[in-house]
Amino acid sequence: MDFGGINPVILIASLMVASVPILLAALGELVTEKAGVLNLGVEGMMIMGAICGFITAVHSGSPVAGFVGGALGGAALSLVFAFVTQVLLANQVATGLALTLFGLGLSSLMGQNYNGIKPPLTGALLPATLREIPVVGPIVFGHDWMVYLSILVVAAVWWVLKATRLGLILRAVGESHEAAHALGYRVRLIRLGAIAFGGALAGLGGAYISLVRVPQWVDGITAGAGWIALAIVVFASWKPWRALIGAYLFGGITVLQLNLQAAGSRIPVEYLSMSPYLVTILVLVIMSSGRGRAALNAPAALGQNFHATR
Amino acid sequence: MTDERTVLLAVEGITKTYPGVVANSDVTFSIRRGEVHALLGENGAGKSTMVKMMYGLVKPDSGRMTWNGAAYTPGSPGEARSTGVAMVFQHFSLFEALNVAENVALGMENPPPMKELSARIRAVSEEYGLPLDPSRMVGDLSAGERQRVEIIRCLLQDPKLLIMDEPTSVLTPQEVEILFKTLRQLSSEGTAILYISHKLEEIRSLCDAATILRRGKVVGTADPRASTARELAEMMVGATLTPPARRPGEKGKVMLGVSDLSVASPIPFGTSLKNVAFTVAAGEVLGIAGVAGNGQDELLLALSGELRASPDRVRIDDAPVGDLGPIDRRRAGMVSAPEDRLGHAAAPDMSLIENAFLTAQARKGLTNKGFIDWPATRAYAEAVIKDFDVRTPGAHVAARALSGGNLQKFVVGRELMQAPKVIVINQPTWGVDAAAAASIRQAILDRAAEGAAVVVISQDLDELLEIADRFAVLNEGRLTQPRPVEGLTIDEIGLMMGGAHGMEVAHHAEA
Repeated sequence: MDFGGINPVILIASLMVASVPILLAALGELVTEKAGVLNLGVEGMMIMGAICGFITAVHSGSPVAGFVGGALGGAALSLVFAFVTQVLLANQVATGLALTLFGLGLSSLMGQNYNGIKPPLTGALLPATLREIPVVGPIVFGHDWMVYLSILVVAAVWWVLKATRLGLILRAVGESHEAAHALGYRVRLIRLGAIAFGGALAGLGGAYISLVRVPQWVDGITAGAGWIALAIVVFASWKPWRALIGAYLFGGITVLQLNLQAAGSRIPVEYLSMSPYLVTILVLVIMSSGRGRAALNAPAALGQNFHATR
Repeated sequence: MTDERTVLLAVEGITKTYPGVVANSDVTFSIRRGEVHALLGENGAGKSTMVKMMYGLVKPDSGRMTWNGAAYTPGSPGEARSTGVAMVFQHFSLFEALNVAENVALGMENPPPMKELSARIRAVSEEYGLPLDPSRMVGDLSAGERQRVEIIRCLLQDPKLLIMDEPTSVLTPQEVEILFKTLRQLSSEGTAILYISHKLEEIRSLCDAATILRRGKVVGTADPRASTARELAEMMVGATLTPPARRPGEKGKVMLGVSDLSVASPIPFGTSLKNVAFTVAAGEVLGIAGVAGNGQDELLLALSGELRASPDRVRIDDAPVGDLGPIDRRRAGMVSAPEDRLGHAAAPDMSLIENAFLTAQARKGLTNKGFIDWPATRAYAEAVIKDFDVRTPGAHVAARALSGGNLQKFVVGRELMQAPKVIVINQPTWGVDAAAAASIRQAILDRAAEGAAVVVISQDLDELLEIADRFAVLNEGRLTQPRPVEGLTIDEIGLMMGGAHGMEVAHHAEA
């Protein structure tokens, strides 16, 4: 069952794991952007989640506590962004970029004494009998609980945005903050909540990297995952299930290129590493060609600050 | 005077100040049950601030309001809605990417589940003769249909008082009739209506009472049925109004010729132009009417040069310019002013001086060896500000900081003062108060008398009938044969415009 030294079952199983951080971060950013806020600080919030989660897990000995700590760390950093952009009305793009740099630096400082430590292990959720079923076992039953949680979050975000009043208000605020304000909705409060939710999910994704994927702490551990998450949101046209597809596609390409490298492929490594980003550009060009923003489904008020003037 | 028992909402001594501006000063009036009450005033007279206080968006500094005799202090629009106040906004408070039912749900306190809500929307829209499909995207609707969404959103909450802020500015005469029928029906059912408008004839035919505001103060009340439009206008402005005077000039040679012009629309949900043809002679004003979204924006883009065609499709003074861009067309003698003031006609965050440079540099020679001639540009901006009575602290102010009417005066003045041969304007007086509108119209007529060929695209029929020599209608991207204005009736025009537009659209959608 191997193709050029690559086992497809293992490939699929491992891409599901590899996609968890970018999937969670992309979903958080999707919700934030649906509320009309462009937070480019995903990378910074992820790495804060990675270090906070790591520290919490090491001290408490509990991976669950670690993930909670990671989410709180990401949310805390996102509140800095919320304060600067929603209260002080600073430019969102510049603030987001600064947030990334700030997060990278702060996490490096916090992680000084944590290099080379092993975090408590996050094991598989289901019993071995299920996991040993051929093909289906590794793909469907073989994962830790975070993999299943990440899919649940996709469903939850989809349902809330589509079917609940909270989701409707959130979309309305992202579509036209003026109109939402005129109808009496508290635009900045709603955006604040969306930003914090986005931060928490990014933190959760970051914690997954330091607690499960790697699992240890090194500086700059997220290595650009936050930027891929940002691309996935656009790739997904701000739709949760498409974000899942996007994340698995990117996760798949990442895993595939690692496997190809390991299998001694003759294609130079650099081309393989480039491929996820090339795919992003291609998809974006195809999706936006000849059609307006409406076709892309972008929130109309994305990136604009709101200030109730009158 | 008024019977205490029938008063629904009384406003007593309301004052609201903003830094540097007194928006409302000691305003007192009352609205009775089932009454259609007009609130009249020029731009900046404080009408919008007043209704925002009624709707809980703004808190008054002093004074009080009573509702059915009890104190009324709405802290939020939600509170106002639960008291029974509903509002249709001047700039629609709608979300284009959401459907009709979702938009309605957002304006309600406790909306029922979507299915039930859709059924109720259908029921209410049938009852009041406002057909509407709850599942359509608002972005796809015409202006008239969008307004129906707003009205139905209000009606679903059984309002006791319905506030309407300039509701007819985007409707065809037939659509206005439908709206008025709905409003009269509501009023006969006991709903009070506070109606804000500049259009005095409408107020005379619809309203029972009128309160007139000027500079934030109540300057009088009137019985609109017993007053003439002129009397109302003069109370509003506080001065005698002179209608634009037309100097019948010689019609000269054809300055602008458009033949068989078809272009695809670059705007999402836009309308493509189909075989548009007309000519305008020197000294002539061609008025182009039509409901918003029937190709007006596209026509302006195609004339200004933002959309290009083959050279012979557009000719200025016999020179083919169809393939030239805006700057070359300006050099050839054409100036143009689009409808959207902020973002299209003017760069919002740039100063008036910079904005003056952006369109006037070609014709006024505001560059010197490739560098901007700032003193000349400033002088030009200041001349526009002076001649068109633009109220601003100075030419250095950002365009965004000006009120809509003042910015409109600036962008129109900036074009008209370039000694053009051909003028193309879309919605010259949109959102501008009566006095300023009269002066803009007069300026347009003056340029025509000096020999310019003028195309005015407008949704204000009264305006077109006042200034145009010939009249045509854009309907779904096609232009009707221009006809002399003299002898045209409003009914004929309404039919040229396609009757009650959007009624058919709504029915098609249901079929």
